[in-house]
Amino acid sequence: MKNYRLQLMVCAGTGCVSNHSFEIKDALENAIGKHNLQNEAQVVLTGCNGFCGAGPILVVQPDNIFYQLLKPTDVPLIVEEHLVKGRPVKKFVYTPPAEKNPIPKMSEIPFFSDQTLIALRNRGMIDPENIDDYIARGGYKALGKVLSSMTPDEVLQEIKNSGLRGRGGGGFPTGVKWETCKHAHGDERYVICNADEGDPGAFMDRSIIEGDPHSVIEGMIIGAYAIENVRQGYIYVRMEYPLAIKRFQIAIEHAREFGLLGNNIFDKGFNFDIEVRRGAGAFVCGESTALMASIEGKPGEPRAKYIHTVEKGLWDKPTCLNNVETWVNVPQIILRGAKWFSSIGTGDVSVDAWGGSKGTKVFSLAGKVNNTGLVEVPMGITLRDIIYKIGGGIKDNKKFKAVQTGGPSGGFIPESMLDLPVDYEELTKVGSMMGSGGMVVTDEENCMVDMAKYFLKFTQEESCGKCIPCREGTKRMLDILENITIGKGTEDDLVLLEELSNMIVESSLCALGGSAPNPVLTTLKYFREEYEKHVIDKKCPAHICSQLNTYSIDEKLCLEIGHGCDVCKKYCPDGAIIGERKKVHYIEPAKCSKCGACYDVCNFNAVKVQ
Amino acid sequence: MTKLKIEDLDKIAEDVRRKMTIREGGGKVKITVHMGTCGIAAGARTVMSAFLNEIDINNIKDVIITTSGCAGLCSKEPMATVEYGEQAPVKYIELNETKVKKIFDDHVLKGKFVQEYALAIGSERIQ
Repeated sequence: MKNYRLQLMVCAGTGCVSNHSFEIKDALENAIGKHNLQNEAQVVLTGCNGFCGAGPILVVQPDNIFYQLLKPTDVPLIVEEHLVKGRPVKKFVYTPPAEKNPIPKMSEIPFFSDQTLIALRNRGMIDPENIDDYIARGGYKALGKVLSSMTPDEVLQEIKNSGLRGRGGGGFPTGVKWETCKHAHGDERYVICNADEGDPGAFMDRSIIEGDPHSVIEGMIIGAYAIENVRQGYIYVRMEYPLAIKRFQIAIEHAREFGLLGNNIFDKGFNFDIEVRRGAGAFVCGESTALMASIEGKPGEPRAKYIHTVEKGLWDKPTCLNNVETWVNVPQIILRGAKWFSSIGTGDVSVDAWGGSKGTKVFSLAGKVNNTGLVEVPMGITLRDIIYKIGGGIKDNKKFKAVQTGGPSGGFIPESMLDLPVDYEELTKVGSMMGSGGMVVTDEENCMVDMAKYFLKFTQEESCGKCIPCREGTKRMLDILENITIGKGTEDDLVLLEELSNMIVESSLCALGGSAPNPVLTTLKYFREEYEKHVIDKKCPAHICSQLNTYSIDEKLCLEIGHGCDVCKKYCPDGAIIGERKKVHYIEPAKCSKCGACYDVCNFNAVKVQ
Repeated sequence: MTKLKIEDLDKIAEDVRRKMTIREGGGKVKITVHMGTCGIAAGARTVMSAFLNEIDINNIKDVIITTSGCAGLCSKEPMATVEYGEQAPVKYIELNETKVKKIFDDHVLKGKFVQEYALAIGSERIQ
């Protein structure tokens, strides 16, 4: 093995790959060859670093220098200046928004330094396709410990004591789930990893798999050992995640070669294997019963859960389904102890398993926030800290309006509640949820009616159609919202929306319908005045619902600054703009269909919206 | 590949520990070779290679080597700074391969700095 002095960690998560990080790798290897450094510097492709807004990312170790937004043409300068002469290139390092001084060191960038890593502990540190790298970071040690010195019951007790709860949405205590499955009637059981991540804008599971697939596998093997009589596990991933599927398959292959999967693992007489099952990407297949139906080859539809899947799940056998993020916490709990894990977070789980939220949670921070990406934070941190400290505040210094937690079926939380701690119960109390960890930030330029409509449209389209409340109810709700945004809404509609929402929540077959109205319910509760402006005044305060706007052209700006550029006229689909080149333009209200095209194309801000 | 035993995990980890030390930015000793234009002209490249060679020969896992720009004392190049554990950094001047070997044997491996090649103990401070 060569004794390199430099490790060049190139991010190869899906975000950075689509920003051409493979070209960065080639450029690096080229430049390294030119300077004859191939025996000193090694280029390593890592999983997602989480700071996707700054991609493609290169971290030069051991100097801990974080380069961002790279182009292949930037690479020769970095190699010559930094790798050869030891001078980090300032112009490619990170500078926080609204500040002048760059922060070259990765560990000093607030986005990274304010995070607590358990699930993402190996991010950017290992090559996900190399099992040796995982082992070097303590990988499979927990499995060794479990098989050599713990009984299945002791493992179960440790997970129970840790207070770990499901990270996929429900927040069900993991230890309790394992125990119920363990004691369910049946001679054969299954464990499944739910990697069917379907929330728009959420990508924590994908990043974990792409960056650290072995930690999921190790967690599952430990789970299978604790639950007992489990010989087979399944990983259910959607086809939309080709890189995740590939990395899982490589990892499973390596684990089998090392005898970490298969018969007689570590010579301890324990047998277990894992298979990857691919889904077609239906949102509803993230629901446990629909997921299991899909693995069985049936249509991915949920069933009523009078009998839980831990009793009768896959092929009617007791089945334990946990989310990706839940599984990766398991090896760490075994290695570092339940006490350590339960010291992080809120509440007390020693008496009641539902008594608190322990450990950390990964969120995908998206929307109108400066630092978008993946963040792992301890439970109990406030929403304000996530958005302003780690997220770097709102883009372009706009005013914060609301944050939606928990994916498309999560609720919107207004500014007055920003100091709310992130905790399963606290989020549910205000009408939202932890969900799988989506976090969408909106600012003053977002219309809350439009946002609620957007997310309801997603869940409505993804409704499988099996039960009427969800299939018909969400469709009717969407129609009403549609009407409100084009000025046909009435005050009665708001009452009807609320009634429908509550009915759908109560009578839907599964959690998809059960939570789909959350965005509507919370916006009605916290932003009712915006709805009222839409239905009474027929105005959209954020000017997003274009049918409620009135467009006009500022004569002075049009003529003096724009010199009657004529662009708006070209783009108007209705022929509603009159005026000659180099002269003032006007909009004919009778012809205007209020599409907003003129507003979008005017370079001189001469088109005014009211 | 043969089946792993539990104790094999440590062996694998040990094999790749050097790589991990670099990635984690850890290590017991940090050597900084000054690679300004003056340093390179005076032979810093040879000094760097000599250090890397020593790491190779001795199969050392917890030493990291980095580079930095000119230290401001161009007439004394090639120079290197050795930081051993919590001890104060030591700057060595006018280095060559023989000096590197001695510094490596005494200071990097055993923690005893080589007075005759040293310029000073401690580092300049940035105000």
